[in-house]
Amino acid sequence: MARRDNPEINAGSMADIAFLLLIFFLVTTTMDVDQGISRKLPEKQDPNVEPPNIKEKNIFDVLVNRNNEILVQNEYVEIGDIRQMAKDFIDNGGGVDAEGNPCDWCNGAKDPESSDHPKKAVVSIESNRGTSYSTFISVQNELVAAYNELRDEYAKKKFGVLFNELSADRQKKIKDDIYPQIISERPPVKN
Amino acid sequence: MPGISTASLPDIVFMLLFFFMVTTVMRETDLKIKKPVLPKADQVKKLERKSLVSYIYVGKGKDGGTGDKIQLNDKISTPKNIQSFVLAERATHSEAEIPFLTTSIKADKNAFVGTISDIKEELREVNALKINYSTLPGSALDNLKN
Repeated sequence: MARRDNPEINAGSMADIAFLLLIFFLVTTTMDVDQGISRKLPEKQDPNVEPPNIKEKNIFDVLVNRNNEILVQNEYVEIGDIRQMAKDFIDNGGGVDAEGNPCDWCNGAKDPESSDHPKKAVVSIESNRGTSYSTFISVQNELVAAYNELRDEYAKKKFGVLFNELSADRQKKIKDDIYPQIISERPPVKN
Repeated sequence: MPGISTASLPDIVFMLLFFFMVTTVMRETDLKIKKPVLPKADQVKKLERKSLVSYIYVGKGKDGGTGDKIQLNDKISTPKNIQSFVLAERATHSEAEIPFLTTSIKADKNAFVGTISDIKEELREVNALKINYSTLPGSALDNLKN
């Protein structure tokens, strides 16, 4: 007989089934948007080389204990305060750098008791093995934020745009000479 | 004027469907540890070339206990295996790409810093210095409020 395509199986609903399956997979596909805090680990140090001597005033000490409490220079602080305290420390410019140049771009208080120059300012994080990772990340976030904000402010003042919008070599200059990111992490204590 | 034939509509849909079916199995998920709930941060950088990223997951095992670890190969491991894991990943990339290899640490927000620090020590030993702590978008101040 003339087998027209007057189908015994109604193929009209095939599209519906396909749509249903498509929507199911659309919903269940998790495209992991990968983002996170980027860090560069320090190189493995030769055990015979002595660590450089740094004056205490050039170190911004952040300690986190087992109870996720944060101490800066031996005082309890809230996570929200760290950013501003770190910025004040780095931007202080109370002295000169290794070559004897003062910090012309620092807007800080120029307190002689705090850091000498952004190139000498070291932020040191020490945590406990039992500290929670989320606190650790928060502290890292706030410290990296302090550097980023200082760099943005400088870029705004000097070039009128944000740090990320600058050309690669200007970014490099700011990263190396103006506000280098010196974050040192001590091995965690166990107690 | 004849109407537009919609006979090929299911074909288009099937093509899209197959695409999604294929992409959902691209990243193996963890079997043995619970899916880590990442902490939040806002000073983040997107990981661009996924082919240059190795992943280390840290979280609680399904049977309790402190931070277990698992590598990309879907096995629970200890810090000792990290070095060989990194070297194996390096072997699959060209010389020019090796300095750009990043290790992404996806750790649960309740993991212990001690475990993370062990991982970092092992990465330093094998000179895999570029790392990225994987986070969810949000304010870091929320991490302490739970």
